[in-house]
Amino acid sequence: MIETDILIIGAGPTGLFTVFEAGLLKLKCHIIDGLPQPGGQLSELYPKKPIFDIPGFPSVLAGDLVSKLTEQIKQFQPGFTLNEVAETIDQLEDGTFLVTTNKGTKHHANSVAIAGGLGSFEPRKPQLEGIEFYEQNDRGVDYFVKDPEKFRNKKVVISGGGDSALDWSIFLSNIASSVTLVHRRNEFRGALDSVDKVQELKELGIIKLITPGEIVGFNGKDQIESVIIETNGEKITTETDYFIPLFGLTPKLGPIANWGLEIEKNAIKVNNSLDYQTNIPGIYAIGDVNTYPGKLKLILCGFHEATLMVQSVYQRMNPGKKYVLKYTTVSGVDGFDGTRKEAEKQVVKSIN
Amino acid sequence: MSADIKIKITDRDGVTHEVLAPTDMNLNIMEVVRMYELAPEGTIGICGGMAMCASCQCYVLNSIEIPEKGDDEEAMLSEAFNVKPNSRLGCQIHITEDIEGLEIELAPEA
Repeated sequence: MIETDILIIGAGPTGLFTVFEAGLLKLKCHIIDGLPQPGGQLSELYPKKPIFDIPGFPSVLAGDLVSKLTEQIKQFQPGFTLNEVAETIDQLEDGTFLVTTNKGTKHHANSVAIAGGLGSFEPRKPQLEGIEFYEQNDRGVDYFVKDPEKFRNKKVVISGGGDSALDWSIFLSNIASSVTLVHRRNEFRGALDSVDKVQELKELGIIKLITPGEIVGFNGKDQIESVIIETNGEKITTETDYFIPLFGLTPKLGPIANWGLEIEKNAIKVNNSLDYQTNIPGIYAIGDVNTYPGKLKLILCGFHEATLMVQSVYQRMNPGKKYVLKYTTVSGVDGFDGTRKEAEKQVVKSIN
Repeated sequence: MSADIKIKITDRDGVTHEVLAPTDMNLNIMEVVRMYELAPEGTIGICGGMAMCASCQCYVLNSIEIPEKGDDEEAMLSEAFNVKPNSRLGCQIHITEDIEGLEIELAPEA
């Protein structure tokens, strides 16, 4: 059981910055995120794109902003549960919360801050009849390569035209007995290295490339046995043990939608005149995931919401205690790891 | 003062809306759809307009001339679903006086 003061759901910029503001109030944080790395959309969708409206940064790459936020919160030692999606929430008798992920990891916290952006990222699934059947119980359709060993000496068909399709084709070509990469056109969108490598492996006959091509159906009673590929107006059947569609990820609100929170326009309604609390006291929603009159889905608004939200958690945990705002410039920052950051003392010296 | 243009947008339920789109706000089709709430929030414009998600895919229904697809748009459409020869990404079509009378239909949510 993971114990913390504030359980943050979502490791995007708002979730990360929450750790800093909570840390100033001596509140501990733990973050759950469905992706393998922190940063949310910034890392997953556009790490190399610039953002121009972060105060003080005329231009900052999304990936760099995530690195800087990670550095900024380091001394408050946030815990991370990555690659797992928060699935259920239970409120205990004392008002605290128990949140369990899809992999069964349990988290116990005084308060929950949902900073889930547009939701958790799920694979974009091709709309093919009967595909759901093969998605279950290892029947042959996988959207992630979790355990590469599973594909040892197996026949694999990958479809997609981006980095993940290229990278996994290269990687699995060392493990699988055959790799066929199918893409709707000849051009691939990926790192130049990966494109060149696939070209090389294709020429060596190690990867079979079918372009322009598209998977249009399957065969196999209990397991996938072959896929039907439409290429140049013709339908061909290719034997395979696995079909891995890699068409990127798209965010979906997911299990949070069933937590009994008031939802409007795919976002969680919060009290914006006070503390960004939802209709369930102790559960807050900050950043792109919330809505209120005049809401703007901007990173800088998420930072502001996080700052006010942690004050409310402080009051929940220390009822009746007066809080006095302190500036970091004046009081410095005391990390949970024993580090201290403070402004340099001014020199007071007489001039004779 | 630049004029508004008229655009016909068929939503995902098949209902056609004739809307006025201002040409002086640096808008694109995806943003106009959101402005008039013709598709629920969270189902369109997910990436914010970077041609990186295809949630604003639409079909161009008439022969108004619009600027050609860029590389990003072409690449994204090659990985999207329900793509037809007249598919475009709404976020890559800018609202200018040249596209007055454009008719589009939103592609299904995928």
